[in-house]
Amino acid sequence: MQPAVNDFRNSELALALVQKIKQRTHAKAHLMEFCGSHTAAILKYGLRQLLPRDVEMLSGPGCPVCVTDQQDIDRAIALAQTPGIIMCTFGDMLKVPGTYASLQQARAEGCDVRTVYSTLDALEIARQNTDKPVVFLGVGFETTAPTIAASIALAKSQQLRNYSVFSLAKLCPPVMKALLDGGEIKIDGIICPGHVSAIIGSHPYEFIVRDYGIACVVAGFEPVDILMAVDMLLAQMENGRPQVEIAYGRSVSPEGNKRAQELLSEVFEPQAARWRGVGTVGGSGYKICDAYKAFDAERLFEIKTGPAKEPAGCRCGDVLRGIINPPECPLFGRICLPERPTGPCMVSGEGACASYYLFGETISAVE
Amino acid sequence: MEERILMAHGSGGKLSHELITQCFASKLDNQWLSRMDDAAVIDCAGGQLAFTTDSYVVTPLFFPGGDIGKLAVCGTVNDLAVSGAVPQYLSLSFILEEGLLIADLERVIDSIQRTAAEANVAIVTGDTKVVPHGKADGIFINTSGIGRVLPDIKVSGSNVRAGDAIIISGNVGDHGMTIMAQREGLRFDGDLASDCAPLNALIADMLDVCPQMHCMRDPTRGGVATTLNEIAAQSGVGMLIGDDTIPVRPSVRALCDMLGLDPLYVANEGKLLAFAPADAAESLLGVMHASKYGRDAAVIGTVTADNPGQVVLRTKLGTSRILAMLAGDILPRIC
Repeated sequence: MQPAVNDFRNSELALALVQKIKQRTHAKAHLMEFCGSHTAAILKYGLRQLLPRDVEMLSGPGCPVCVTDQQDIDRAIALAQTPGIIMCTFGDMLKVPGTYASLQQARAEGCDVRTVYSTLDALEIARQNTDKPVVFLGVGFETTAPTIAASIALAKSQQLRNYSVFSLAKLCPPVMKALLDGGEIKIDGIICPGHVSAIIGSHPYEFIVRDYGIACVVAGFEPVDILMAVDMLLAQMENGRPQVEIAYGRSVSPEGNKRAQELLSEVFEPQAARWRGVGTVGGSGYKICDAYKAFDAERLFEIKTGPAKEPAGCRCGDVLRGIINPPECPLFGRICLPERPTGPCMVSGEGACASYYLFGETISAVE
Repeated sequence: MEERILMAHGSGGKLSHELITQCFASKLDNQWLSRMDDAAVIDCAGGQLAFTTDSYVVTPLFFPGGDIGKLAVCGTVNDLAVSGAVPQYLSLSFILEEGLLIADLERVIDSIQRTAAEANVAIVTGDTKVVPHGKADGIFINTSGIGRVLPDIKVSGSNVRAGDAIIISGNVGDHGMTIMAQREGLRFDGDLASDCAPLNALIADMLDVCPQMHCMRDPTRGGVATTLNEIAAQSGVGMLIGDDTIPVRPSVRALCDMLGLDPLYVANEGKLLAFAPADAAESLLGVMHASKYGRDAAVIGTVTADNPGQVVLRTKLGTSRILAMLAGDILPRIC
């Protein structure tokens, strides 16, 4: 595994790609990297400093924590506050400010909120606490959704009746369509998600080429991966033949992971879901289907919340739609900081605001 | 400030700093505390004493490369040694949870004995309390330590000067990733083990060849990135770090990649960062490479007059970015 990763961090390869990109005869190119992990890698390695000025990189909505709607955050916190419940969550969700509190505040006030690294940990907690309902907060895209589905299927086969999932899991292609239909921003090419595509393959992006004429390349997360994708996108634009290509062949096939896909359709059915900044998008949420309704926390518990309100001045929604870059938000780095975030994009390691803040380019860097 | 203590207040990052400055330093401030160094240096007849304290709450109690007892001795020994002192006397205070196996306690005490012998320190006083089941996590240990400050040594987080070489004593991230792999039951092949070690002998050798050393600090919680930022702020200097000069064990790198973590934010328990005049770097590396705890030592950057309070990382690709202080807990990616 290690030599392969090192190849994709090889600086000679990366710099050769930069030269290739510079030699291309393109007009201004507006490229969107869908994934927050791509934004993080681009800033972490300072790739924008290497790219020609006419190649503009925009960060997209590909951060599961960031796109979770305020009302859903509030409902998750209300669920955690239900007496007797053990709430299991990925660590990133703890700090996301809801309208009234955050999960970490709820925990400090005595709620039983536990950080887990996988759904298997949550199942184990359910086995050890059979007298209490254990709810997994299912935030994620197609990458994590199969592990959530697997935990539900496992709980059913093992008759683990105190385990359930509050599913806020989402599908990426429908929101990509919603963004393009919105028409607010100009996009010439999309760096498609890497880990998501390992599950769903590259076929689901074909509508983007067919209906919008936009170039698509699935990319990995190392500098060589990303630069290769940029070069392939520019090449597609140059020859005027957009298509869906894969620059991440070591993890992604056009068909994706069939077994994971089967598991997803066994446990979930696509349903409309709310996205922060984007609104309700049809068929973009993984809802637990009737056959597994005994494991659906939404059907098991009555969740009551007050009216949801996004934090005053927070422009996470605009950041997620690519309307502004994080530093253009008036709260960025002044009021909204990683240690005390106003909005979710400053919380998650995959959030664009956190990446811009943590990996900020310095004045001396642009010399 | 938050209304209640959050776990992030204990992560060693920004919230920990805020808690210390706003809650503790504002009320308890004095000439020793305000220096914010790893140990207080106190004048006494015939010289100076360094005095420090620390608490240990690690889960699991035993892990590859060490255990809570070894950690407690090394942590206090290292805090004294990086303050330019020869560690001499330690206190140990135990909070034990009802139900703890006596055999486990004995294992910890054996380990304390071995580590204290290696570090040449005496455990001279102690205390034990027992709390009901569920009110602690097996064993909590608090230690204090004192040591004699070597004459003519002046090391402090506020002494760093532009032009200083920045040296790390070896591979970073070993301790934190070992604990994470254990805690999360990640089965991982390779040589993953905590670097937990007493560094006083290594430091004595370093001060021998470089008595004009400006600062040393052990990058524990928050990792190398956080310690560099603390010192940049304390000394009002900038730092330029070369990403490809920082030694990281391949197994640690691989596990970090898998979880989406950066080894520069991961805790170390047997490493030190040294800031010394550049012309002393070569002789320092010489004595460090000869020690078993400094074999992989490397110069990782220089102190600059530009960008005071900021640490800049230069990548292998020739680009630069800020290397920020840890903001909360380090978390694996989910996407």
